[in-house]
Amino acid sequence: MGLFDRHAGLLDAYRDVRTTGYDPFQIRMERVLSPTKAIINGRETLLVGTNNYFGLTFDPSCMEAAIEAIRAEGTGTTGSRIANGSYSEHVALEKEIAEFYGKKHCMVFTTGYQANLGVISTLAGQGDFLLIDADSHASIYDACKMTQAEVVRFKHNDPSSLEARLRRLGDKPGNRVVVLEGIYSMLGDSAPLRAFVDVCKKYGAYVLIDEAHSLGALGEHGRGLCESTGVIDDCHFIVGTFSKTLGAIGGYCVSDDPDFDILRVTVRSYMFTASLPPSIVASVRQALRVVKARPELRRQLWDNVATLYDGLKAQGFTLGPEHGPVVGVHLPDRMTAIGFWRAMLDAGIYVNVAVPPATPNGVSLLRCSLCAVHTKEQLDHMVEVMTGIGRQFGVLPDKQLRAAGAR
Amino acid sequence: MRTAHELTVENDGIADTMILTRSVSRAEVVREICAHLEPYQVGEKPITGETVIAKDLTIDSLAIMDMVMELEDRFDVSIPMSVIAEIHTVDQLADTIGDLRARA
Ligand SMILES: Cc1ncc(COP(=O)(O)O)c(C=O)c1O
Repeated sequence: MGLFDRHAGLLDAYRDVRTTGYDPFQIRMERVLSPTKAIINGRETLLVGTNNYFGLTFDPSCMEAAIEAIRAEGTGTTGSRIANGSYSEHVALEKEIAEFYGKKHCMVFTTGYQANLGVISTLAGQGDFLLIDADSHASIYDACKMTQAEVVRFKHNDPSSLEARLRRLGDKPGNRVVVLEGIYSMLGDSAPLRAFVDVCKKYGAYVLIDEAHSLGALGEHGRGLCESTGVIDDCHFIVGTFSKTLGAIGGYCVSDDPDFDILRVTVRSYMFTASLPPSIVASVRQALRVVKARPELRRQLWDNVATLYDGLKAQGFTLGPEHGPVVGVHLPDRMTAIGFWRAMLDAGIYVNVAVPPATPNGVSLLRCSLCAVHTKEQLDHMVEVMTGIGRQFGVLPDKQLRAAGAR
Repeated sequence: MRTAHELTVENDGIADTMILTRSVSRAEVVREICAHLEPYQVGEKPITGETVIAKDLTIDSLAIMDMVMELEDRFDVSIPMSVIAEIHTVDQLADTIGDLRARA
């Protein structure tokens, strides 16, 4: 058997994708101009698929902070947090994030992926039980492969499905750790967190929530779903990323657990990789200040969500179940999704395309993510373009047919 | 043989989501698994106990896990992911469900 034979099915699917023209998985941003514009295939393109929810990648104060940090402390730390890679700024950042949540402890990781991978696989060990939402992010699934704990999936966003699984564990010894996400990355739907927390309390389970897509977006102070639903104190571990709203890279985990710091010498994805470079730490610290100081960015983001979501809905597109900074547009199959995606790129609009096996329930999606600094005009234009393409592809009913039907 | 009682249960509109708390026969478990797998059947080849789920059918790994989640709720058992990974055939899946029910 050849090394790649086991991927034969995937290779076939990938070949299909590539024969349609551009390869969505190898798109090159020839030049990024702003949080919402880039040159792709030689033309200026509107970006509506970058997870850059507050548009902070070009925030002048964040950029200046990063540049200054490079001049002061160099380009990289060349070591891990447990060796030469812990600078005062890493510790200061951890303190600021802990304070942001009103929690006692925080650990910063080099990516959010590594935060989930390391924390989840370490928290639940031999004899413990890890219960994860069926639509969990890849980093959570990968953590499950690394743990000795028994892993069971429950139905997406379904507290009664979780409850059934906790009930079945009966009085077996071992910790129960439940993993949830604030906003799910494919369809932009958020977890019924209060109901989940109630179930976890009833069965004495620990709650870990990944606020990757909800940091900044939800809650009066932008702390995420744990804040907007009023259950921060009931979330034992909150994980997040710097790679979306905060416009950089990195991950974190906060907790009130008195023994939390033991994770610093047990979590391998923390111990055996280099720490974040000074420039990133500096821009993230500044971005967190911006999030606190400029709540209007959150309002702008949700205004833009409403423009795109309601606009597409009114035209007849099938969308994710609720408003969210991610708007998932359902398309009937993989090839339609790829073709639609490409037509949008030709029309100067970039979104993500998500097809099986990366999507829940085998759905094919155009995954749009909004930015606080998109203009209403840009989004109205996008709805218009997508409506036109939707008619061409037969995803939306033809205008004339519709008019005829209405008569 | 199915009893009349079982048939009424199955024909009930809510049967799909009902948890079976009474004892179930192995044949019943196999039947339920096959019903879930039917949409993924290749040609006329029947689904039997020896069918290798991931290989003989058109079902992908994610859909297998989703099917298992349905079966878990139907038969009121939880099958850890590491155990699912070791299951290849319909028979093995039925045996796993039977064993877990016996232990509960
Ligand atoms: C839900 C969720 N968790 C974690 C991550 C990982 O974040 P990072 O980009 O920091 O590795 C992502 C991003 O892809 C995500 O969507």
